[in-house]
Amino acid sequence: METFLQQTLNGLVSGSIYALVALGYTMVYGILGLINFAHGDLLMVGALVALQTVTLLNAAVPGLHPVILLLAGVAVAVPVCMAVGYLIERIGYRRLRNAPRLAPLITAIGVSFLLQTLAMIIWGREFHVFPQLVSTTPMEPMAGVVVSPLQIFTIVVAFALMGGLMLLVNKSRLGRAMRATAENHRVAGLMGINANGVIAATFIIGSGLAALAGVLFASNYAIAHYAMGFTPGLKAFTAAVLGGIGNLPGAMVGGLVLGLVESFGAGYIEHLTFGFLNSSYQDIFAFVILGAVLIFRPSGLLGERVADRA
Amino acid sequence: MTTTSSTLPLPASFALDRRIQRPLVILLALAAPLVALAMGKSWVRVLDFALLYVLLAIGLNLVVGFAGLLDLGYIAFYAVGAYTWAFLASPHFGIHLPFWIVLPLGAAFAALAGIALGFPTLRLRGDYLAIVTLGFGEIIRIFMNNLNQPINITNGPQGIDSIDPLTIAGLDLSRDLDLFGFQISSLLLYYYAFLACVVFAIILVRRLQISRIGRAWAAIRDDELAAKAIGIDTRMMKLLAFALGATFGGVSGGLFAAFQGFVSPESFSLMESIVVLTMIVLGGMGNLAGVVVGAIMLTALPELLRHFAVPMQMALFGKTLLDPEVLRMLLLSLAMIVMMLVRPAGLLPARTRYAHRDRRNA
Amino acid sequence: MITLLESRAVNKRFGGLKALTDVSLTIRKGEVYGLIGPNGAGKTTFFNVLTGAYAIDGGEFVMNGSELPSAKPHLVVQHGIARTFQNIRLFRELTALENVMAGHHIRSSAGVWGILTQSRAAREEERLMQERALEILDYVGIGRHADTVARNLSYGDQRRLEIARALATEPQLLALDEPAAGMNATETAGLRTLVETIRKDGITVLLIEHDVKLIMGLCDRVAVLDFGKKIAEGTPAEVQRDPDVIRAYLGGHRAH
Repeated sequence: METFLQQTLNGLVSGSIYALVALGYTMVYGILGLINFAHGDLLMVGALVALQTVTLLNAAVPGLHPVILLLAGVAVAVPVCMAVGYLIERIGYRRLRNAPRLAPLITAIGVSFLLQTLAMIIWGREFHVFPQLVSTTPMEPMAGVVVSPLQIFTIVVAFALMGGLMLLVNKSRLGRAMRATAENHRVAGLMGINANGVIAATFIIGSGLAALAGVLFASNYAIAHYAMGFTPGLKAFTAAVLGGIGNLPGAMVGGLVLGLVESFGAGYIEHLTFGFLNSSYQDIFAFVILGAVLIFRPSGLLGERVADRA
Repeated sequence: MTTTSSTLPLPASFALDRRIQRPLVILLALAAPLVALAMGKSWVRVLDFALLYVLLAIGLNLVVGFAGLLDLGYIAFYAVGAYTWAFLASPHFGIHLPFWIVLPLGAAFAALAGIALGFPTLRLRGDYLAIVTLGFGEIIRIFMNNLNQPINITNGPQGIDSIDPLTIAGLDLSRDLDLFGFQISSLLLYYYAFLACVVFAIILVRRLQISRIGRAWAAIRDDELAAKAIGIDTRMMKLLAFALGATFGGVSGGLFAAFQGFVSPESFSLMESIVVLTMIVLGGMGNLAGVVVGAIMLTALPELLRHFAVPMQMALFGKTLLDPEVLRMLLLSLAMIVMMLVRPAGLLPARTRYAHRDRRNA
Repeated sequence: MITLLESRAVNKRFGGLKALTDVSLTIRKGEVYGLIGPNGAGKTTFFNVLTGAYAIDGGEFVMNGSELPSAKPHLVVQHGIARTFQNIRLFRELTALENVMAGHHIRSSAGVWGILTQSRAAREEERLMQERALEILDYVGIGRHADTVARNLSYGDQRRLEIARALATEPQLLALDEPAAGMNATETAGLRTLVETIRKDGITVLLIEHDVKLIMGLCDRVAVLDFGKKIAEGTPAEVQRDPDVIRAYLGGHRAH
C-alpha cells in the first residue's frame, strides 16, 4: 500500500511535467497537423537558460533567497523560449505550411538537432547540476509516503498552469481564435482572424509552458544537459497521442496517465517479468503505450481534434 | 559546404552524356581507393565506411524516397543485422558460421523486424509513423544496452568484440593479401567487396523503381487515396517497402560488424538514423545517384572537418572553437533545414524517368 | 437489359447526419447513368461509399451478382469499378504514362522476385503494360503528353489523364465525379465525345454532374438525389418533368 501511494505520487510528479510539454505538442498539432519535433528541446533550452541565469545572478549577488533565484531563472527562461519558439515557426515552418508532408517533418527534426547542437556549443557536453531552489528534503511522512516540498511545488505549479491555459483557450478572444484556426485556417482567415498571428501565438504559449516544464524537470532530477529534452519530449508526445492529439484536456490526462504507468511499471516490472527485465527498462513503457494506443485506439483516450488539412 | 547552395539548377555541364557518364563513374569507383591510399590508409577506411553508408542510404531511400514513409528508426535494422553477425560469428557464443549463412539470416531478421514494426503501424498517419519508428529505434537500443543480465545476450554497453571478419571462399578480408608479390591492403579488399554489394544493390533497387511495384510506391507517396482508388493495396505495398528497406539495413549491418570486428549499442543511436536520413535529403529523395552522392559527402564530412576545419580555426582564432563533431552536427542540422526550405528535391533531384529511358531504347 | 450494379437501400450516416437514406438504384450494362441533385444532396457521398472510400452503414452494393466489400477501395477496383475525383487527384510527380501504368497495377502480377531477377515474364508484362498505357493515352487524346509530368499538364488534360488512369484498371463501370467541373465549353464538348466513345466501347458510365445540359444530353437514365434520398429516376426527359425534382432544384421545400 505504501509503495502504491509512493508510486502514485512519483507518477503524478513526472506526469504533470509530461502534461505541460504535451500541451505544446497537442496545440501545434491541433492547428497545423505538424509534429514539432523541436518542442522537447525547448524544455532543454528552458532548463539551461534558467540554470545560466541562476548561476550568473548568484555569482553577482551572493546570498539571494532561493525563491528569488528561481523566479529570476523563470523570468528569463520563459521569454527566451518563447522567442525561440516563435523563430522556429517563423523561419522553419511557415514557408512549408503547404509543402508535402515530409518536408516540415524533416525540417522539424533538423531544428531539434540544431537546438541541441547550439546548446552543446554554449553549455558543453557535460551534465550540469541544477541547484535545489525548492527543498527536496522529505517532509514528515504522511501515511508512510515520503513527500518533498519540491514535489508538491511541481504538481501545484503544473496544475495551475494547465488551469490557466484552459481559461485562456476557452474564455479569451485569443483562445476563440485559436479554436477557430484549428478548425480551418482558411475559413478562420475569412472570418477576419489573423491565422498567422494565432499560429505564432500557439507556438509562443507552448514554448513558454515547455520552458517552465524544463525548470521543473531539471529541479526534480537536479540535472541539466544539452540532450535532456529528447526523452521527455518523446514521452510528452506519447502523452498527447494517448489523450487524443489536438485535445487539450486529453494532453493533460495523457501526461498524468503516462507518468503513473511509468512509475508503476518501473516499480513492478521485475515482478511482472519474473526478474528478466528491471527498472532500466522504464523508458520503454512510453513507447509500448504509444504503440498500443496507436494500434488499438488511434484517436486516444479523449478523442482527437485535428485540423482539417484538406 | 554545398548545403547552402541556391535554388539555381546545376550547370548543364554537370549532366554529362549517359555514354560517358557511366564508364566514368565506374572508373572513378574502381580507382578511388587507390588514390585515397596515396593520401593515407585512414582515407581508404573512410571510403569503406562511405560504401556501407551508401548501402544504408539506398535502403532507407527505398522507404522514404520511393514510398514516402518517414522512418526515423532505420538504424535499428542495421543493428539487427550487425548483432546477428556478432552473435553467430564471434567467440561471444562460440558460434562461427560463414558469411553466406549469417548475412542472409541478418537480412531476414531485419526484414522480419521491419514487418513486425510495419504491420501495426503502417495504417497510421504518416507523421505518427515517424514517431513510432523513432521509438522503435530507441527500444532496440535500450535492449542492446540492458540485455546483459540476467542472461548475457548482448554484453550490454561493452558490446561484442573479436567478431569474425568477412571471409569469402577462404579469402580473409581482414588480412592484407599477397598477390604475386603485391601487397593488397585489407581495407582495399573490403572496399571492393562493399563496392560489389553497392553495385548489386543499385541494380536491384533500380529494377524495383521502374517496375509496377516502384510505381505503386510512387503512387502512394504522391496521393495515397488515389492509389487506393486504382486498386493498389497500399498497406501491403508499404509493408513491402518497409521489409525490403530493412533488408538492406540488415545486410549493411552484418557487413559493418564484420568490417569493424566490434559492435556496441553506441553505433546505433538515433543520431545515426538522422545522419542516414540527411544523406537522402541532401542528395535528393528518390534519386539513387543523389543518395549515393549524399552518403559519400556526409561520410567524408567528419574527416574533412578534422583535416581542414580544425587547422583553419587554429589559424584564424589560435584555438579550436568548434570541435569537428559539433561542427558536423551543426552542418547536418542546418543541411536538413536549409535543404527543405530552399531545395527540397535535393542536390540531384529525382528526374530519371522510366518512360524516357525505355522508350528511347525501344 | 442486364443489370450491372445495384444499390440496395444504401445508408450512410455522419454522426447524427443522415447523408444517404435507403438509396436504391439499378445501373444497366452499357448505359450512361447520371446522378444529379442540388449541392449537398449526397452524390459524392454515394460515390465514396460505392468505391469504398467510406464504410457503408446499411444496405449493400451488388455488382454482377456479388456483393461489394465495404470500405476496401482497392478491392472494389477488382470488382471492375474505377473512379475519378471531383478535385483531380493524379500522381503529380509521375509522368502521364507512369500514371496510366500505375492504373494497370491490379491487372499485372509481377512479384518482387520476378522484378529483381528481371524474369522474362516480368519484362514481357512490363512491355505490354507500357504499350497498353500508350494506347489508352491516345484513346483519351493525350498520347503526345505521355512523358509530361502530371502536374505540368493543362487542367483539361489532367481530367483526361485521370480518366485514362481509371480506364487502365479495366473497369466495367467507370464512375466520374463531376468530370466537367472547371472546364470551358470546348473542353466540355471534348469530354462529352470521350464519354460517348467509352460507352460505345462497352464500358458503363456512372456520372455525377452539375452541368444539367451535359447530363441531359449524355445520359440514358438519371437518378436525382435530394437530402440523401432518391426522389426520382428515369430518362432525362421524364426526370425533368418530375414535380419533386423541379421543387428540389427550385428550392421550394428548402425554405426554413
